Amino acid sequence: MIWRFILKRIIWMVPFMFAVSLVAFLLIQAPPGDYLTTYIAKLGESNEVMDQASVDNLRARFGLDKPLYVQYFKWVSNLLVGDFGMSFEWRQPVSELVWQRMGLTMMLSFSTLLFTWAVAFPIGVYSAVRKYSIGDYIATTIGFIGLATPNFLLALVLMYIGVVHFGSDVGGLFSSEYKNAPWSWPKVWNLIQHLWLPVVVLGTSATASLIRIMRANLLDELNRPYVDTARAKGLSEFWLIMKYPVRVALNPFVSTIGWVLPNLVSGAVVTAIVLSLPTAGPLMLQALLSQDMYLAGAFVLLLSSLTVIGMLISDILLVLLDPRVRYE
Amino acid sequence: MSNPGRDDTEDTPHALALPAGSHVHDAPALAVDIAPDKVAIASQWQLTWWAFKKHKLAMIGLWVIAFMYLISIFAEVVAPDNPSKQNRRAVYHPPQMIHFIDKTDDGTRIRPYVWKMDRQRDPETLAISYTTSGEKIYLRMFGKGPEYKFWGLWKTDIHLFATVSPRDKFFIFGADRLGRDMFSRVIYGTRISMSIGLIGVAISLVLGIALGGLSGYYGGRIDAVIQRLIEFVLSLPTIPIWLALAASLPPSWPIYQQYFVITLIVSLVGWTELGRVVRGRFLAMKNDDFVIAARLDGATEGRIIFRHMLPSLTSHIIASLTLAIPMMILAETGLSFLGLGLQPPAISWGVLLKEAQNIVSISQAPWLFIPGGFVVIAVLAFNFLGDGMRDAADPYAQ
Repeated sequence: MIWRFILKRIIWMVPFMFAVSLVAFLLIQAPPGDYLTTYIAKLGESNEVMDQASVDNLRARFGLDKPLYVQYFKWVSNLLVGDFGMSFEWRQPVSELVWQRMGLTMMLSFSTLLFTWAVAFPIGVYSAVRKYSIGDYIATTIGFIGLATPNFLLALVLMYIGVVHFGSDVGGLFSSEYKNAPWSWPKVWNLIQHLWLPVVVLGTSATASLIRIMRANLLDELNRPYVDTARAKGLSEFWLIMKYPVRVALNPFVSTIGWVLPNLVSGAVVTAIVLSLPTAGPLMLQALLSQDMYLAGAFVLLLSSLTVIGMLISDILLVLLDPRVRYE
Repeated sequence: MSNPGRDDTEDTPHALALPAGSHVHDAPALAVDIAPDKVAIASQWQLTWWAFKKHKLAMIGLWVIAFMYLISIFAEVVAPDNPSKQNRRAVYHPPQMIHFIDKTDDGTRIRPYVWKMDRQRDPETLAISYTTSGEKIYLRMFGKGPEYKFWGLWKTDIHLFATVSPRDKFFIFGADRLGRDMFSRVIYGTRISMSIGLIGVAISLVLGIALGGLSGYYGGRIDAVIQRLIEFVLSLPTIPIWLALAASLPPSWPIYQQYFVITLIVSLVGWTELGRVVRGRFLAMKNDDFVIAARLDGATEGRIIFRHMLPSLTSHIIASLTLAIPMMILAETGLSFLGLGLQPPAISWGVLLKEAQNIVSISQAPWLFIPGGFVVIAVLAFNFLGDGMRDAADPYAQ
């Protein structure tokens, strides 16, 4: 039953991704002009001029002279065999540029997700069980502020504190000596040392809302008769809470992965630009601005698939956790 | 910039009765401190208002928001200076405190003033620094300042606060790298940022009610199509899509055109949430007695939807709208911060924060963060207000 459900959802993803690819392509084509227009404008700034013949020549070589639907069809059919095309700006296959950055993006998102849960779960349970205690008020206040602060602002403030009070630049994911080094254990350790800042920045707002959701759901459960029954039977308070009400309250908690993961992926774009992380965000922004369409398209497409995968994971977890959820 | 406090289960009736906040578990929604005979004859709006008033944080939120919109309406009067006026002599001028108790040789009086600051340039590093001089700059209310056109209609030079002598300047929030008055800029930014939220929500409202209503009322194939559409929009990664959309705007566009398109982009996200709420309610209400009665009476579909069903949704819709505004404010701020939203001659909180992007400038002038404080306050206020409204939306619930 569960396998049929998963299979069905995966099959659903096919037309969905097709629609995403169409939207991505249209979005990237939306700005007037194409990469060459931007390129010529850039050349013009440094007083270089390109004659019309070589412009036409380049345009034909990039396939930009063809009608839109031909370009789209060519792009999609190449995608199916794993070819993302060439980046105009970098003169490199897109796949070479994309994978490392997507890998770091995914790693960052998952670490943040783990951080979010690890922090939100105990605090949420605590806030509900010790309702209106000082700890609850502190958690609620921090939670609200976390919700209301834009990620990039938080990143800026932390960077400011880092520079002014600790005299160190906290941006990036690696120290300069490891930036281009091959993977090794010291490099991984270096990554972990740099990772906490983006993880905290990215995780705050999701943590804040998860705390609130957990608290509200658990509060609903704590008044149920079965809790009184268990208490009357002499179960220790800790097990009593963990074993029954928390399990029920966990359900909406898990379903949030459906929007937490996509939000992380999405939010990571802006944060990465501020903190200059070598993830998908900054490169995608640059590609969008210079109309490097295959590169930008690959990013939009890959980030969308991450989003869809996040939703799929959430649905599967939900079904596993709560058999009452119907396999529709 | 993630989705604040939205539990994904909004369209189930269970989740609607369940607040994201805390309070309601202890307090019944119906105001108990009002005399019972008054409760019995009160209208639904009266009951809602009573239930809402008990929510302290929501009341604070309401006041803060009302205050901010008041500021945006009268931005030209409240701002002491022209927000685009550059002043080379006040580059990175630090904020000045307003003092009220004026101790002079002839006694103590209550009179607002700031300490005048003098500019020095370090002869070696050429760094600029400001030190307080012993001179006072007196302020007065409704004094004369730079000339402006109020709402673009009336020419005047009256400002809410002004220096007594028009030659002096004062900087409550400091000045930016071009010596522009941050306070005036924040005030003008409030106008743009707060109104983008309102207009964006209005667009979301139309889309959300139309599509959600169609979906819930007719059900069947229309419902399936619209639901797929909503799912599709929801699962697009918002920020990359916004970036792509915003990157396609030519920067040469005039401000009002940018403003409109950015609002449109930002509102593309808000409507799905609203659409789901409206659909859920319509589905639940479709077979209620009063709807069937209206149908049997021969009311047209338009009348059933607009006259009978929508009014009982109004409070829920207003609550969802209030919760959607802060997301739009955050979205605009983020886009403008990246340089993809409104472009510099326009002033919004995001545009102002863009100035704080550079670590060198913020370590020199931390007051460039002030617009960020306004973003946080506005978003918090809207969230509190929306939470309170959501809890009060159904005053009959116990």
